[in-house]
Amino acid sequence: MSIQVRYRLQRNAFRLDAEFTVPAHGVTAIFGPSGCGKTTLLRAIAGLETVDSGYLKIGADVWHDEHRCLAPHERPLGYVFQETCLFPHLSVRRNLNYGYRRCADARKRIKFDDAVELLGIGPLLDRGPGGLSGGERQRVAIARALLTSPRLLLLDEPLTALDARSKAGILPYLERLHAELDMPVLYVSHAADEVARLADQMVLMEAGRVLAAGPIQALLTRFDLPLAQSTEAEAIVDASVAAHDDEFGLTCVDFPGGRFNVLRRDLPIGRPVRLRVLARDVSLTLERQSGTSILNVFPATVAALFETGDARVIVRLDIGGTPILAQITRKSAVALAIAPGQQLFAQIKSVALLA
Amino acid sequence: MLSEADFIALWTTLKLATVATLILLCIGTPLAWWLAQTRSRLKAPCEAIIALPLVLPPTVLGFYLLIALGPAGPVGGLMQRLGGEPLAFTFTGLVIGSVFYSLPFVVQPLQTAFASIGTRSLEVAATLGASPFDRFFTIAVPLARPGFLTATVLGFAHTIGEFGVVLMIGGNIPGATRVLSIAIYDHVEAVDYASAHWLAGGLLILSFSLLLGVYSLNRHIAVIRP
Repeated sequence: MSIQVRYRLQRNAFRLDAEFTVPAHGVTAIFGPSGCGKTTLLRAIAGLETVDSGYLKIGADVWHDEHRCLAPHERPLGYVFQETCLFPHLSVRRNLNYGYRRCADARKRIKFDDAVELLGIGPLLDRGPGGLSGGERQRVAIARALLTSPRLLLLDEPLTALDARSKAGILPYLERLHAELDMPVLYVSHAADEVARLADQMVLMEAGRVLAAGPIQALLTRFDLPLAQSTEAEAIVDASVAAHDDEFGLTCVDFPGGRFNVLRRDLPIGRPVRLRVLARDVSLTLERQSGTSILNVFPATVAALFETGDARVIVRLDIGGTPILAQITRKSAVALAIAPGQQLFAQIKSVALLA
Repeated sequence: MLSEADFIALWTTLKLATVATLILLCIGTPLAWWLAQTRSRLKAPCEAIIALPLVLPPTVLGFYLLIALGPAGPVGGLMQRLGGEPLAFTFTGLVIGSVFYSLPFVVQPLQTAFASIGTRSLEVAATLGASPFDRFFTIAVPLARPGFLTATVLGFAHTIGEFGVVLMIGGNIPGATRVLSIAIYDHVEAVDYASAHWLAGGLLILSFSLLLGVYSLNRHIAVIRP
């Protein structure tokens, strides 16, 4: 099961020529700088843009090719726009019912009460949209989209218009959605932290074109892409909570390459978590250091090197199968004679637990 | 006080305004919707034609309608060949004239109201599975409610107030085409100022009340819906 997308269109000076295929499960982030055509691509997928040519196949169903093109209301998808648009003349309940009632009973997979519970909007049902906060409105909009039981959920920067607090409040709901519903999501974003936290796959866009599409861990660490070359280069580690160390206030998190110690978080043992490791927080040493304050040290194999052209060298490490980036100076790389296949130790000064 | 002839004129006027307003809403709504949505090159010429009655002397419109609807005109001639009556100097002719004359007063408020909804609400409705027809009636019409109110009242009130067009194509046939504005004119001609006062004052108060009602209601709607 996969999602196959190909769209071409021209708008004045802007040209979109985007093509990608991703698995039809989990969250796929469409990521790129502002103005690269992410939203236009998402609108094309929803059938809201007039395109020069297009192809869209979700699983076995073709929604758009040269012979037929489903109108927006015929495509079983949910769309959450960047700035929430609840119908101002309808209460929250009737907003939710708008899509729910129009979904054929045979196709309904999500119950009204379940969506309300999932997004925590029970107390808002009988209010008008005017009195809701930004975060509440966005949660209602997401629930409204879910209640059409979509085959594909499109989220267009759903957090951008929110302040930091509302944003933090809504992310857990998006994660629950991810965990509890088996529904593929295309998530447009230019915020690296949201993508790192939510995405399984990534479609990387630049100037109307798709640079690459694939699993997020791989794309973040590919040297032929701008992500791994930047000073913000990062890697993502999928792990699970293994233990809590109450004496020192730490939480132990296991991944195939070993065990991370992070600041204590109240998470149940066994819960899958995601860690974000910035390349500039990883240093390399040829021998395991004693007498260091750094807790997270792992044996690693050098997989590849990339010279950025300035003073930096990015090293891709393989730690138990997980790719992690280290950013060091070219001087250090020469001094340590770093080369592919070399065994050494990665010292990770800081790691962010995304949950 | 009002004579029986005046009451007949009042009845003719209200009937004319009601029929014309209903027809105007039926024609004006799709027209306004199309004008609010389209990027066609025909938009500007259509808008200009619809706005013509705002700037033309009503007698010009009345003159052309008289020619078109009369027995020698294209419409009147057609009616005659089909075995009917020519439309000039009939109630039907008056309705047709009123529809042309009041069209901008219905189309323009509706077009403004539809345009102010924007495309986003309609796009959202589409992604929620609503067909174009469905979203027109469930989203566009309710959100354009103030525009409908304004259009209805302006169309109605403006039809009540017409004179020039009626004079040209309707004449002054009691029970068929003799409307209030003509009746007032007759009273003034006959130096019956008392009757003229009754009718003129009545029209003034009616028109003011209608407009006051619309503006108050629209303000109310604007307040409850930020």
